[in-house]
Amino acid sequence: MEGLAPFLQNLSGGLLIGGIYALIGVGLSLIFGVMRVINFAHGEFVMLGMYLAIVLFVQLGLDPYVSLLIAAPAGFLVGMVVQRLVIARLVDIPGDSTLLVTLGLGLVISNVLFLVFGAEPKSIYLPYATRTVMLAGIRLPVAQLIAGGVTLVLITGLWLLLTRTELGRAVRATAQNRLGAELVGIDTPRIHALVFGVGMALAMAAGVILAPLLFAIPTAGASYTLKAFVVTVLGGLGSVPGAIGGGLLLGVVEFMGASYLSSGYRDAYGLFAFLLVLLLRPEGLFGRTVKRV
Amino acid sequence: MSEAPGAQRVLEVIDADLGYGDLQVVFGVSLHVHRGELVGLVGGNGSGKSTILRAISGMIRPRGGSILLEGEEVGGLEPHALALRGLAHVPMGRQLFPDMTVEENLSLGAYLPPARERRAEGFARVYELFPDLHTKRREAAGALSGGQQQMVAIGRALMLHPKVLIMDEPSLGLAPLLVREVMQVIRRVADTGMPILLVEQNVTQVLKIADRAYVLENGRLVLDGPTEQLRGDPMIRRAYLGL
Repeated sequence: MEGLAPFLQNLSGGLLIGGIYALIGVGLSLIFGVMRVINFAHGEFVMLGMYLAIVLFVQLGLDPYVSLLIAAPAGFLVGMVVQRLVIARLVDIPGDSTLLVTLGLGLVISNVLFLVFGAEPKSIYLPYATRTVMLAGIRLPVAQLIAGGVTLVLITGLWLLLTRTELGRAVRATAQNRLGAELVGIDTPRIHALVFGVGMALAMAAGVILAPLLFAIPTAGASYTLKAFVVTVLGGLGSVPGAIGGGLLLGVVEFMGASYLSSGYRDAYGLFAFLLVLLLRPEGLFGRTVKRV
Repeated sequence: MSEAPGAQRVLEVIDADLGYGDLQVVFGVSLHVHRGELVGLVGGNGSGKSTILRAISGMIRPRGGSILLEGEEVGGLEPHALALRGLAHVPMGRQLFPDMTVEENLSLGAYLPPARERRAEGFARVYELFPDLHTKRREAAGALSGGQQQMVAIGRALMLHPKVLIMDEPSLGLAPLLVREVMQVIRRVADTGMPILLVEQNVTQVLKIADRAYVLENGRLVLDGPTEQLRGDPMIRRAYLGL
């Protein structure tokens, strides 16, 4: 029984961090599913969320979990504006222009953060968040527990929105057949703006809940984009439940690898799992093999 | 037949010039659909049928002429704005939402608020016309046969409670037996009083089921009239019916 407690400890740690990966990945996947755009600025929006939480904490003493209420709507608005002003102009142009433009947008965001905050890592110190609680013999850090709870609420909310509402049905219809959606009267440009807004709201929310856990560095965005990308490909590009599964899996693989093998190669374990999946099940773990009517 | 201009005409295209970029494809075409009428628009590949349809459905802007829906100019409106005004489509290739159930597909046909309020009525109407769809309502639309998918596409369009129904090549890609079945279905829908503009390459079938038809060649109307008259026309018999 000696090995079981540490195993559960690692498993829960992996699932909690994996939930945040899922939160980041789910937005990327949703945007791809509906708009066929891969948002290479996704990780930079996570960083925007992190720095927003830090600024609100330092300047106003606002608890980061309270600033979620500011960051998520802000992300939504910024996402809508970026989609309307930039991406909407490119969607119908053949080629990979959205790829370059979002990549460029990411560079602009990370360099502005660099200019404003400098290269020095920043963080938030919350005394209560560094505490741990014992649950069935497993030690769980409070900040991670809250992060897990927030993730659960946001992803459940997104799921209900997509499956239980008229708007969600319109989003899924746009993803499955844009022409068909247009013809039944769905304003697909509006759906695109909305989906991009939701994706950015989730990314910024993820940044906020990461702020008490990790140091913020202006250039860290690219690694979150990479993680989000791994998550979506693991789960099947464009699939929301797949992104959740992919995120959890990535978190667990990283955590297990770091504790049982060597903590120096944390990112490598995830990428290794990514390569394995691409090799053995290129449609993703939860993606379907055949499709299209 | 004498009539007040525009009074009974649900859909009317007047002297339309249409094209893409520098290329003009359709020259001065006029046509109309009366209330309760099934009208065919036929012609071979490249005759301009699809272009006329694209203009009616708002995917291209007419460069000349008008398109009237119940007497109101609608040329150049966006597709979703046209749907709001009561123009429903059964598009080429059906364009269903393959991963959603039949019921969800139909439900989306009544996405716009005016139709949404009458959704229950719409379901009743569609399931009465197509009892098969009621049996399969929980199945993914993508898993149905081609003929059944065509019925879903027609049903989805009817959910809008449209003023007029536009159908683009509903027989395309179907086996001959299914083509006949789908055509009978279209006739049945027309018999409920729904005005339909049916754009088809399958001239034989259209001349069997439609009330009137227009024949297009190289972007110009060459013939039009009641189908019983067209069926006997020597030019039609030679060019399209192979007689």
